[in-house]
Amino acid sequence: MNRYPLWKYITVAIALVLGFIYTLPNFFGESPAVQVSSAKATIKVDAKTQSRVEETLKAAGVEHTGIQLDTNGVKTRLKDTDTQLKAKDILEKAFNPDPADPQYVVALNLLSASPQWLTSLHALPMYLGLDLRGGVHFLLQVDMKGALTKRLDSMSADLRTVMRDKNLRHAGINREGERLVVKFRDAETRDKARNAITDSQPDLLLNEVADGTDFKLVATLKPEAQKKIGEFALKQNVTTLHNRINELGVAEPVIQQQGADRIVVQLPGVQDTAKAKDILGRTATLEIRLVDDSPGALEAAISGSAPFGTEVYTERGGQPLLVKKQVVLTGDRLTDAQPGFDGQTHEPAVHLTLDAAGARIFKDVTRENVNKRMAILLIEKGKGEVVTAPVIRTEIGGGRVQISGRMTTSEANDTALLLRAGSLAAPMDIIEERTIGPSLGAENIQKGFNSTMWGFAAIAVFMILYYQMFGVVSVLALAANLLFLVALLSLLQATLTLPGIAAIALTLGMAIDANVLINERVREELRAGMPPQAAISEGYERAFGTILDSNITTLIAGLALLIFGSGPVRGFAVVHCLGIMTSIFSSVVVSRALVNLIYGRQKKLTKVAIGQIWKPGTASAVNGKK
Amino acid sequence: MEFFRIKKDIPFMRHALVFNVISLVTFLLAVFFLATKGLHLSVEFTGGTLVEVKYQQAADLEKIRGALGKAGFSDYQVQNFGSSQDVMIRLPLKGDQNTAKLGETVMQSLEAEAPGAALSRVEFVGPQVGKELAENGAMALLLVILGIVIYLAFRFEWRFAVSAIIANLHDVIIILGFFAAFQWEFSLSVLAAVLAVLGYSVNESVVVFDRVRETFKKVRGMSTPQILDHAITSTISRTIITHGSTQMMVLSMLIFGGETLYYFSLALTIGICFGIYSSVLVASPLVMWLGVSREQFIKQKKVIEGANEEGAVV
Repeated sequence: MNRYPLWKYITVAIALVLGFIYTLPNFFGESPAVQVSSAKATIKVDAKTQSRVEETLKAAGVEHTGIQLDTNGVKTRLKDTDTQLKAKDILEKAFNPDPADPQYVVALNLLSASPQWLTSLHALPMYLGLDLRGGVHFLLQVDMKGALTKRLDSMSADLRTVMRDKNLRHAGINREGERLVVKFRDAETRDKARNAITDSQPDLLLNEVADGTDFKLVATLKPEAQKKIGEFALKQNVTTLHNRINELGVAEPVIQQQGADRIVVQLPGVQDTAKAKDILGRTATLEIRLVDDSPGALEAAISGSAPFGTEVYTERGGQPLLVKKQVVLTGDRLTDAQPGFDGQTHEPAVHLTLDAAGARIFKDVTRENVNKRMAILLIEKGKGEVVTAPVIRTEIGGGRVQISGRMTTSEANDTALLLRAGSLAAPMDIIEERTIGPSLGAENIQKGFNSTMWGFAAIAVFMILYYQMFGVVSVLALAANLLFLVALLSLLQATLTLPGIAAIALTLGMAIDANVLINERVREELRAGMPPQAAISEGYERAFGTILDSNITTLIAGLALLIFGSGPVRGFAVVHCLGIMTSIFSSVVVSRALVNLIYGRQKKLTKVAIGQIWKPGTASAVNGKK
Repeated sequence: MEFFRIKKDIPFMRHALVFNVISLVTFLLAVFFLATKGLHLSVEFTGGTLVEVKYQQAADLEKIRGALGKAGFSDYQVQNFGSSQDVMIRLPLKGDQNTAKLGETVMQSLEAEAPGAALSRVEFVGPQVGKELAENGAMALLLVILGIVIYLAFRFEWRFAVSAIIANLHDVIIILGFFAAFQWEFSLSVLAAVLAVLGYSVNESVVVFDRVRETFKKVRGMSTPQILDHAITSTISRTIITHGSTQMMVLSMLIFGGETLYYFSLALTIGICFGIYSSVLVASPLVMWLGVSREQFIKQKKVIEGANEEGAVV
């Protein structure tokens, strides 16, 4: 009766082997590494970069213990931290010959030292949270109102253009809070304007308001348009943050949207919060200036005597260009940049959208400078680069600008990204910040590990003394539980935090409950005079209902924490919920398999080692058949 | 080894009134402390800035206070954190300050007056985040209560569900009462501990109730208090051993877990102790007074009841 069919043993064995394999990477520790990744959207890291890293290190005589290429970049393992620092310097010099204008991010990193075959099984060590590895965590709130007003401003310029194109006379277009108010002198014009606006601006919701002698149209953004703008703003801010964080040289930054209007930034290993904050809050700028193409001026500038009010910049292709110092427009006036195609030539192009004021300035400047060139500069870290310098063919109004010519599709994409990345779509505030020093992180790991270890040891000693062989089985089942839990956490790559470690300890402390229930039940059946085999079987079966009930109530609490928890609570809840599930399996199935292996085969089992069974002297306290 | 050699069922229910009076008094005390002193909420809930620094030698708190005062801070709290070298500085939220920069300002002012501090940790929480956390915590508590009541009502009977949840909410209030009375810091991880305790000590009631149900089905001729006494007596050994084991783990965290896990494990310790008490000695009398009886179980499962008659039960 106490024998499992073969498939059950095999299931348990497979579960244990898998648990062992996925837990294994956590024991290998980490080896120092240097990571080379792209610092600019236009630069791709591929197999060529990998061989370049390899050659550079070889030329410098630095030995590495493995190079790999993945989505994050090229990672080179090194044997110790000294070599790591040396390799970083060498690679930094080779890949970024001009420190003021880095093309690549060369960062120190730690890679799991587990063997390749484990990594290829996706067996990775647990992903440690910032409180365990040290680093900075920011929660940024995106000001959606700001994004909306920015958009409305640019729309008011569009409306002006529409009115002028259709020859409709209005008495002023103004933004009042989150709505645009267009005034008219008569109802007829208003109705015509209404139709024109509906045609050209489908995102606007129009209402007629009669205010004294004025005829007004009040335009508000449709809810779905507001949502779209919000989503766009958030996406752009994430992109911008990505580009900026690249400059910090962080190996594995996390930049994620959280909820509808928040962004989480986690920078493991970064200690210089001041710099991190500075970079997150900075606005890289886009500038539009005019090009000085007067004959001889460029040559003079290169030889050292630039004409008054001009300076030399390098174009994308590498040619120098003489640009006037006076800035026509800045990136603040840019509301959008999208890659696309030229309507007539079907060449790849970038479409820029300027806001109201920007459109007006742009129109005036282009009208006055037909057949001259204008340069679009991206100023990063005080250093400018000419993205493109097209010739102005005609006056450009309406705030829609197209950059085209000598571009491939991917270049158009990159340029649009660069231009977009230049500025934030909406202002952001830091609403939560956590900085954890690296020594505190290591200390936290040690503390969490010690608590779990000593707690486990205490429980093990007690269980074995109290329940003897069944105690050993319980402890083994508990160890299996720990194995499964760690394996599952490694497999899911769930973030492990200090509260998470606390949850591991607590879950183990709670999981022993199931085995105590079983052991007590078995003892009870023995006390009632049942033969050992029957007592074991009854004990396990009767205890199961109770175990299930009690674990489900605990799981309800765990799930509530998971749903409503954030930060440390969520870290706790994830581990807690996973632990409850693994504990049901290990305390019931694994321990039963062990007991069956030990006792199940003995036909005439007269005694089991479950500790002393005391029988009351009198027949029994309560008799079943009263 | 066997700790519990109980010859007869212990007549818990005879003293039910006494137990309930005791828990009512503790409960009222807890409510009193919560009402008068209130919880000492951590920065996570109130919003504000927390800076933890480490000195090589024992830190001079007076000098640090002086440094902060000179830098123009007010309402700050400076205290040792875990050891004499570690110092925790708390700054409240102020509308006009650039809060995100506070950490650096603090470090600069410390450098001037009490040099040698190394930054271990900075936490800044904006006002809206704190409010949200408090709201989410309340929602989580509500969801746990509802979930457990529904599950127990479905699995057992509404009387059990109601008694279990009353007994365990009384635990939660008592834990909070301790935190209010001693002004221990109530942080997010303490909240997690409180909710975990809620789920955990409901376990305890479930185990006892399981026995009550089983005994009701198997044994005839026992009065309800007798059945409750029997159920509690036969599970008491498991109750003490289980909680003892869990407490060993928690104790280990209390000793080795450092300052961060200290209040977390403290909340768990109180929760475990009162969890045993309340689920055994509060929930069971409540079930009795709510009028649980044999008929409520027999009706549902007549067939199984007959089959079980043969089984020997102690």
